Parts: sequence; C-alpha cells; structure tokens
Amino acid sequence: MLSRKGRGDKSGDSQVSFAGEKFRFSDWFAERFIKTVAFMSIAFVALIFIFVFREAFPVFRMDVKQKIGSVDLVQEKYGEEEVTPATANPVSGSAIKVSKPSSTLLSNIWMPVSDNPRYGLIPLFFGTLKVTIIALLFAAPIAILAAIYTSMFAKPWIREIIKPAIELLAGFPSVVIGFFALMVLATVFQDIFGYASRLNSFVGGFAMSLAAIPVIYTITEDALTAVPKTYIEASLGLGASRRQTAFNVVLPAAVPGIFAAVILGLGRIFGETMIALMATGNAALTSINPFESVRTLSATIGAEMAEVVFGDTHYSVLFLIGSLLFIFTFALNAISEFYFKNLVIRKYQSKK
Amino acid sequence: MENLKVRAKNLSLFYGDNPALKNISLDIPEKRVSALIGPSGCGKSTFLRTLNRMNDLIDNVRIEGEVLVDGINIYDRNIDVVNLRKKIGMIFQKSNPFAKSVYDNIAFGPRINGITKKSQLDEIVEYSLRQAAIWDEVKGRLHNSALSLSGGQQQRLCIARTLAVNPEIILMDEPASALDPISTSKIEELIHELKQKYTIVIVTHNMQQAARTSDYTAFFYIGELVEVNRTEIIFSNPSKKQTEDYISGRFG
Repeated sequence: MLSRKGRGDKSGDSQVSFAGEKFRFSDWFAERFIKTVAFMSIAFVALIFIFVFREAFPVFRMDVKQKIGSVDLVQEKYGEEEVTPATANPVSGSAIKVSKPSSTLLSNIWMPVSDNPRYGLIPLFFGTLKVTIIALLFAAPIAILAAIYTSMFAKPWIREIIKPAIELLAGFPSVVIGFFALMVLATVFQDIFGYASRLNSFVGGFAMSLAAIPVIYTITEDALTAVPKTYIEASLGLGASRRQTAFNVVLPAAVPGIFAAVILGLGRIFGETMIALMATGNAALTSINPFESVRTLSATIGAEMAEVVFGDTHYSVLFLIGSLLFIFTFALNAISEFYFKNLVIRKYQSKK
Repeated sequence: MENLKVRAKNLSLFYGDNPALKNISLDIPEKRVSALIGPSGCGKSTFLRTLNRMNDLIDNVRIEGEVLVDGINIYDRNIDVVNLRKKIGMIFQKSNPFAKSVYDNIAFGPRINGITKKSQLDEIVEYSLRQAAIWDEVKGRLHNSALSLSGGQQQRLCIARTLAVNPEIILMDEPASALDPISTSKIEELIHELKQKYTIVIVTHNMQQAARTSDYTAFFYIGELVEVNRTEIIFSNPSKKQTEDYISGRFG
C-alpha cells in the first residue's frame, strides 16, 4: 500500500509529456509479429497455388514418348474398345510414336495407367457433378428445414440441444463418415433398392450430404436469425401465424444468406476426398443411373497420387485436376463471400 | 358513458421474478384515443404489448390477471392468438416495412388471409393507403421498394398495412418518436381521422402529443397505473402529486 501511495504522489507531481512519440518495444514487436504471421498464411495459399499450377502446366507442352513396339498391343483390348491401328501403328515396329497427352484430356476414358494412356477428364467431371447433385439434393433441404425449425419454431431448450449437435457433425472426420457409408449405408441401401454395384454415387452422395449438412445448416441459421426481429413482430402483429411468418417473411428475407450457405456446402462436397474414395466405387463411368459407381476428381488424386511416377504425364494431369478443383472451390467461395454477402447488406442497410 | 372495448383487470406481468406491471386495472373506451404516458421503463409499452399478446414472443414472461376484449379474456387457454392479432393491429416505434414493394407490404395481410384475387387486392391496397393518408404520395410508385420511402412515409405505410387487415383496435408504440415534426403532425392528424372507426391506444413520451391527440390519458409509474382520466383533466387538474410533477416536467 505504501509503495502505491508513493507512486501516486509522484505521478501527480510530474507532468506527462506527450510531445514526441515514445518507442514501445513490446507494441512494436507484437504488431510486427502478428503482421508477419498474417502475411505468411496468405503467402502459403499463394505458394500452394503456384506450386500446383507449376506442376500441372507441363501437360500442355509434354510430348509423350510411347513405345509401340510390342505386337501384343494390337490385340490388347481396353474394355469394349479395341485399339485402332491408327493410334498404335504396328508397321513401325519398335519405332517411337509421339503424341500429345493433352489431346486426350477431353476424351471419354480415364485410363492413365496403360500402354496407351488416356487422360479423359470428362468421366471424372461427370462423376463429381453427379455425386455433388445427389449430395446437395439431400443436404440442402434437410439443413435448411432444420435451420428454419431451430430458428423459428423450436423452444429455446430444444434449440440448445439441436444446434450444437448438428454443428458437432461438422467436426466428424470424413474418414469416419466414409467408413460408416462403406460398412453400413451401402448394405442398407442395397437391401432397399437392390442395385448391383454396392458402392455407387448414391451411397457416396448421401454420405457426403452428412458432411455438408452442418455447413449449410450453420450459415442458414445465421442468415435466418439475422433477419430483423421487427419483421417478425410486424408479421405476427398483422395476424400471420408462425408458419406464415417463417415462410413468407423470414425465409425470403434470408434468401441471399441461404444461397451463400448452399454454395459453401457445394464447395465442401466438391472437394470431399475421403468419403468419395471410400463410398463411390471409383469407377470412371458416365452413366446417369445414380446406382452406378463413379470416380470423382478429388478421389482420383487421392487414389493415384501416391502411385504415380514423379514428373510423368500422369503426375501432371493429377496436378491439373488439383488446380481445377482449386479454381472451382475458390470461385464458389468468392461468389458466396462477395456477391451474396453484399446482397444481404444492401438489402437491409439501404435507407435505415 | 363510453362503450368499453378493452378492460384490463388486476393485470400483473413478471419478467422472471421482476414485476414489470403491478396489478393494473384500466378500461379503454371504444373509438377513442387513449394515451399511455410515463417515464422510460414504467411499463407502458409492456402494458400495450399485453393487449395483443406480443409479450408471448419473449421467454420467461408470466402474466396474472385478465384482459377482456369485447368481454372475452384474451389470456384464456382457448384463445387463438393469430385471430386475436388480426383484430388488434400494432404500430411499432421504428417503422418496419418488409423489404418488399409498397404494394406487397400492404397486400401481405390480406394475402395471408387467403385473398388472392388481383382486383380485390388492388382495392384493399388503395383503400388502406388512402385511409393512412399516403395514397397521393405513393400511388405512382406502388411497385418500388418500401425502403425507398422516407421515415414518415414508412410509418404511415405501416399504419396502412395494419388497416389492410381490418382491425378494430390499433396499438401504437411511440409511433412518431423517430420522426421529424412535419411527419409527426401528419401522423397525429391521421390518428385523429382514424378514431372515427378504430379504438386507438398510443404510448408516447411526448406529453404535448398525448394532450393533442388523446381523449383519455393514463399515467404509469414504475409498473403501476397512477392515474387515468379524461386528457384535459389529467393535464389541467391531476389528482395525484406524481402526475402533476411528471406533466409539469419536474421529473421523468
């Protein structure tokens, strides 16, 4: 106590000079440190971007050296299709044929490991799209309805249980969801629908919807609770029921936010690897039947990257797939972040 | 003797354990303007919101006593709150038009009541806007966003929106407190017009406004109803010391 008193007296006597900036090392250090860390995280993203693109780029310049020497090749069949003499010229014997691998990128066949490799991305895109649509058809309605329920109808104590429970699902490792789909869902659905291939886009899509529901739910919930309470009061005051208020007032007002939520959920599904790898069957088919196996872009990278020859065409093509995924998810996030959020802000802040 | 539209009997309201209204008994006559005045936090807005059960939206509220509207206790178990609120409209302190067009704002109430015919809706929209004395200002831009109107216009739009549901009672919670003097006087004129057809209860901080617009005035203080009488008597010859102190600006 004594020392404090003494200090107080002293500062009362002496005048504090504020002329001239005082150098405070701890402030200076903290600011620099935080700044460095922040910029580093941005730099990491940029570096990953550059690395992935750099590895992918050679696909477009690479000439593949293909040995067409062996006679067996001519007889060899790849599925239904027979290798035509035009691509594999038996006459040239052990000559080396030069072809551009990038020309096969738009073909319908993904067969990277063969003597006549083809890197058709179409079936991979198709598979990804199919699984994404199936997953979204499950995830979006369930998540949005759940959000409407908890934000508009549920009693407080029910909301306190449901909200964290759904959000906890976001922390589920996708390998666990994939395992569940592989062991349980696939069998259950097969019993119900009686399809032939046990792992297919339907099972995979359903499992992925489990991963996307928490993402869509959380953001939709936020969007719904961000609708001004005065709207709800106005609507109820006009004699609208809770249901009418939820669907005619709150939901339309939250549409931009819900769109953003769905797009983020889309991004989550799009990039999902482990569930796709475990539950979709990984056959690069282009059938619109939801009970056929598919192979997604990300699962292809996951499955093949470990086996590929470093610097090979196949290697570059996988990086090309990686960069495409990067661009798509980046675009989706950018759309939801800038476009829809601005829309929400404009809607409520234009004139009071 | 006035015809009594709303009668609160021994009404008490608690937020958790805190009493916000203490044993209030107040009669509100039909087709008159009744003003509720009192310092902030005295319970006048809370009382207003008990009249159309808006307090139901708040968790942890307990209500004792009864409120009779046309002789029926609205806190009875078998009361349909949705229909009750159609009968008792409410105007809020901050105008709250939906982020929709002027037309859709007015048509919202009729639509949720199942009116879908365009000609009928057009008629209701025009009639409501005319009654709220805003038709001439907005008739050219019925399909513009309601948020593009000025604050005073928005508030009159909200009144028109309430009228479109054809209520019998209109509750106004400081309807002009966020408005400039010109808009305020328009709202006050409107209140004067509306009392021909509707029973109006208005909460206000502005004592001149209470004096100008109302027929009856009730003075609330810390959750209690201190005094209620004809407005001219409250403002010229109040019977309680507290009322006199408040209206003469000595506190509050």
